[in-house]
Amino acid sequence: MTTFTLEDLGAVLEDAAGAPETGAWNDEVLDLPFYELGYDSLALIEASTRIGRQLKITIPDDAVVEMKTPRTAVEYVNARLKGA
Amino acid sequence: MIAAGTAVVTGMDVVAPTGIGVEEHWAATLAGTPAIGPIERFDASGYPVRLAGEVRGFDETVLVPPRLVPQTDRMTQFALAAAEGALNDSALDLSTVPEFERAVVTANSSGGFEFGQRELENLWSRGSDYVGAYQSIAWFYAANTGQVSIRHGFKGNCGVVATEQAGGLDAAGQARRVLRNGARVVLTGGTDASLCPWGFITQLRTGLLSTRTDPSRAYLPFDADANGFLPGEGGAMLVMEPYDSATTRGARIYGALTGYACGFDPPPGSGRPPVLARVARRALDDAGLGPGDVDVVFADAVGTPELDRAEASAIREVFRRPVPVAAPKALTGRLYAGGAVLDLVTALLCLRDQVIPAAAGVRVDPRLDIDLVTGAPRPAAISTVLVLARGYGGFTAAAVLSHPGKDR
Repeated sequence: MTTFTLEDLGAVLEDAAGAPETGAWNDEVLDLPFYELGYDSLALIEASTRIGRQLKITIPDDAVVEMKTPRTAVEYVNARLKGA
Repeated sequence: MIAAGTAVVTGMDVVAPTGIGVEEHWAATLAGTPAIGPIERFDASGYPVRLAGEVRGFDETVLVPPRLVPQTDRMTQFALAAAEGALNDSALDLSTVPEFERAVVTANSSGGFEFGQRELENLWSRGSDYVGAYQSIAWFYAANTGQVSIRHGFKGNCGVVATEQAGGLDAAGQARRVLRNGARVVLTGGTDASLCPWGFITQLRTGLLSTRTDPSRAYLPFDADANGFLPGEGGAMLVMEPYDSATTRGARIYGALTGYACGFDPPPGSGRPPVLARVARRALDDAGLGPGDVDVVFADAVGTPELDRAEASAIREVFRRPVPVAAPKALTGRLYAGGAVLDLVTALLCLRDQVIPAAAGVRVDPRLDIDLVTGAPRPAAISTVLVLARGYGGFTAAAVLSHPGKDR
C-alpha cells in the first residue's frame, strides 16, 4: 500500500507554491504551522488538489482548512489512503 | 523651493527592454541602443505583428523569492523585483515607518495574461481540476500591488489604477494623494507583461500596432513615416515620501512631483477637442508653474499619424514656443501601464544629469512643428519636466517633475 510522506508533501507544495521559507523539509518543520512556512490557504488548496489527483482521492476543502501543520496533512492523507 | 509636504522620489528601479536596473536603462537610453526586436517569448510567426520590446535576461529565480515564482505572472515578478530594488535604492529604514503608514499604489492595464493563458489551456484541454488555485489572484490588475504590499508589510492605503497607458502617471498622482492623507512612504509605479498569444490578440484589436518587420522602421513617433506602435513589457517602481521627512532622514532626492492632472477625452464625433492641452495646463497650474518654466516635455508619442498630430498640436497650443520634446519610448515600444512610469524615471534622470535623451531613429515630420530631440542626446539646463501620457479610449494624464535643488 502507498504511504504518503513528508517528502511527498514537500515536493507537491514546492511545485505548487514555491519553496518553504525555512528551507529544508525535515522533522523540524513537521509541527510548524503552514503559515510560518510561508504557505497560505491558496497554497494548501492547490497542493491538496494535486495530491488528490496523484493518489486518486478527493480531499474536501473543509479537510484542507483543518490541516494546520505538515504532520496533520500527512496523517490525514495516510488515513484516507488506508480507508480507500 | 520645494514645500514641506511635496511628494518627492527617493528611490527607483527599472525592469525594461532597455535594461534591468536604473543605470543600465539610462545608459542604453542615452546610447540609443534599440531594445525592439523580433518576439522571442512565443511563436509570433502567425500574427500580423512580429516585433516587441522584450525584457531580456530577467532571471526570476534570482530576482523573485522562490515561493512567489509559481504563484505570480511575469508582470508581478517584474513588480516584485523593481519594488525591492527601489526600496534598496531609497536606503529607507522601514523599521522607522509604521506598517499602516506605508502604502503601495500601482498601475496595471493587462493583468496576468501569460499566467491566465496557461490556466485557460489547462481548463479546456484537461478540465477544471487542473486549473491552479493561484489563477484566482495571479491574473488580477491588483496582483502587483497586493504581492508587493504583502512582501514588504505595506499595510496602509493601497490601491491600483487601471487607466491603460496613462496609468503610470495616475498611480503617481494617487500616491501623492495617499501621502497627503498621512502616509509616510508610498511605493508607486507599474509593470505590464502581456507578450503572449492571448495578450497579443487583445492588443491587435486596437488597430494601432505597427505590422512592419524591420525593427528600425516600425515604431517611429512623430516621424512622417509613423505607422503605429510596438508593444513592450516591463516598467518601474518608485519610492515616494514627503519632502520634509525625506530631507530629515538625509535621503537622496531625485526630484519632486510638483504637479499632476488627469482628464478623459470627449466621445468620438462630439466635435470637441481632446483634453491633452487642458490636462497639461492644469498640471502646470497645480505645480504653480507656467509653460515658460518647462525645460523639456516627455511626449506620449503613440506613433500613429493622427494621435501624433493631436499631441503635437496640444504641445504647440500650450507652449507657443519650440520647447524640447523627448520620446524615449521609441527605443522600448509602449509598455502599457509601465510606459509612463518608465518615462517618470527617465525624466528624473534628465533632472539629475541635465541631458535629454534622443528618440533614436526618428526623423521628425516638419509639419508637426515640434522640437523633438533626435539623433543624439541634448545637454540642457533642466529644472522642470512635463510628462504626458494617454491611454486607449481617452485616458489622459500629465505630471510635472521638479529638480530638488535648493534654489530652484
